[in-house]
Amino acid sequence: MIGEWLNRYGLFVLLAGAVVAPLLAPNDYVVGVLARICLYSLLALGLNIVVGFAGLLDIGYVAFFGIGSYAYAFLASPHFGLHLPFVLAMVIVTLASATSGILIGAPTLRLRGDYLAIVTLGFGEITYISLVNLDRPINITGGPSGLISIDPPSFFGYVIERNIEYYYLFLLTLGAVVLASVRLRDSRVGWAWQAIREDELAAEAMGVNTTVAKLQAFAIGASIAGFAGGLLASWQRSVFPDNFLFQESINILAMVILGGMGNVLGVILGAIVVVALPEIFRDLALYRLLAFGAMLMVLMIFRPQGLLPARPAAEREIAEESTAPTAQPKGAPKT
Amino acid sequence: MADLISILPQQLVFGLALGTVYGLIALGYTMVYGVLQMINFAHGEVFMIGAYIGWSVFAVLIDWSVGGLHPLWVLPVLLAPAMLLCGGLGMTLERLAYRPLYMRGATRLGPLISAVGASIFLQNFVMLTQGARMKVYMTNLVFPRTWRFNIFGVNVSALVIVIVVVSLLLMWGLVALIQRTSLGRAIRAVSEDREMATAVGIDANRVVGLTFFLGSALAGAAGVLVGLYYTQIDFVMGYSAGLKAFTAAVLGGIGNIKGAMLGGLLLGVIESLASTFINPAFKDVVAFAVLILTLVFKPEGILGEKLADWKKI
Repeated sequence: MIGEWLNRYGLFVLLAGAVVAPLLAPNDYVVGVLARICLYSLLALGLNIVVGFAGLLDIGYVAFFGIGSYAYAFLASPHFGLHLPFVLAMVIVTLASATSGILIGAPTLRLRGDYLAIVTLGFGEITYISLVNLDRPINITGGPSGLISIDPPSFFGYVIERNIEYYYLFLLTLGAVVLASVRLRDSRVGWAWQAIREDELAAEAMGVNTTVAKLQAFAIGASIAGFAGGLLASWQRSVFPDNFLFQESINILAMVILGGMGNVLGVILGAIVVVALPEIFRDLALYRLLAFGAMLMVLMIFRPQGLLPARPAAEREIAEESTAPTAQPKGAPKT
Repeated sequence: MADLISILPQQLVFGLALGTVYGLIALGYTMVYGVLQMINFAHGEVFMIGAYIGWSVFAVLIDWSVGGLHPLWVLPVLLAPAMLLCGGLGMTLERLAYRPLYMRGATRLGPLISAVGASIFLQNFVMLTQGARMKVYMTNLVFPRTWRFNIFGVNVSALVIVIVVVSLLLMWGLVALIQRTSLGRAIRAVSEDREMATAVGIDANRVVGLTFFLGSALAGAAGVLVGLYYTQIDFVMGYSAGLKAFTAAVLGGIGNIKGAMLGGLLLGVIESLASTFINPAFKDVVAFAVLILTLVFKPEGILGEKLADWKKI
């Protein structure tokens, strides 16, 4: 089974490929695309925690990305005259994003599926409109023209400037988030999330504190997006409201669902597909979004569970314990 | 402040017209949600295509017109093709992009992404075939600006009255259809319990298809009305209108037909009040804030979400 093999070794192959990829890239533009894939993989993994693990449909996720970006811009640009060191700024950015995740999560805990979705959508729109309009009467966000001359990342005096350096910084972060995702999935809180996803009432009856678990999912998801936002701001050296349109939320959600909700490797594959496809279709110029929309439909029709569907934890354990292929249960219930 | 009070009635009328149109689009979201528990993300695009169909027919009428354009026959001639074609488009979408997913037992998010794909596809299709530039409705030729009435001291244009009346007529037609016809009974049955409905001999797939037809036809009509009102249309207009209409549907209680109408009206009025008293740039912020507060304190919407209770309205 290719899927089986991918699930087991895919991450290592991908990682090895990712380390050498920029060295083989023909030009700097391709390195930039690779860096963008890493950045979006981060976002997709963060959303995967909220949607894939805990089953909370968030379609305004890009708001946290935006909050992180602007938070970094406030802390490290001439706009407010603050120039905090990169590491310190990123810590504050992450904490601020986590707080915003809890703030939006707390009032919506009682809502189920689609209502939660629409509240997060509203939150995303409110964030975007605020970013565009909070330049009057006091200039906070810089309005539609955004904020510029943001400080690049620097570590103990070493300033990161080239695309390839950014790429490895993003890749390092991605590695850490992948590790965290896998560990979280198999941890106590991860099991609580998956229990809530499958049946919230049953989870509560079994003693899962659903309030705390949901808030944790929101906070962790938001802090990953915020961190990615900080990285984006330091990479672009500028931020604009149009980086955080609703369309971006949908793109990130498409990565998660296309790749296979809840499956870490699948989600990264989803990010690669969604970022790289329009680049590959670039020759089609105007037709590239048309092709992208059609691809989304076709992929969902033929792989409704995503490219690499997540396996239930129980099945995963059995597969790992036994070497005999016959011991693996076939036709396990869909997740 | 005195200035604001004096323009308030005007703004309320504007909000009312906008609200009835939101309500028309919201009905499509609500009906589809009722039978499939799915957010039809491409619904806003159906609305946008309705506006383009109306524009195309309008352009032909202007070319051919010899004895002048009278609203009594122009309006039905614009609405009919937009409604029929949009209805057909809605059914096609359901057949091609959503039904195969249900047949294969997808999770509930699968159809959502497929709908997003359909939405991106339709937007770009219209942009590529019609061009990215705005199209202009020559509304003046049918409803001259001088046609205005003074109702209780408020100056109302004939067009606004027509929009409100047409919207209400269409809503009334839908309610009558749902309450009194066998198709309406079948739709209510499928939204209450699809399996039971199938068990008593209802072809659920056909009913879902027809529900898409009805909802999309209303969106098509809304597209023409908005085109006439704003006189400018473009290929991205479906996004914000769809978002607002969905908000209206949820505000009133999704799956609830009366709720969709009420939600639409409320949203229209809230928006016009917010742009009068706060700041036009923040009218959407106010609209979404009201939505969030409503959901937090009354998660099932103002009127509750029971589609099967339609018979009681």
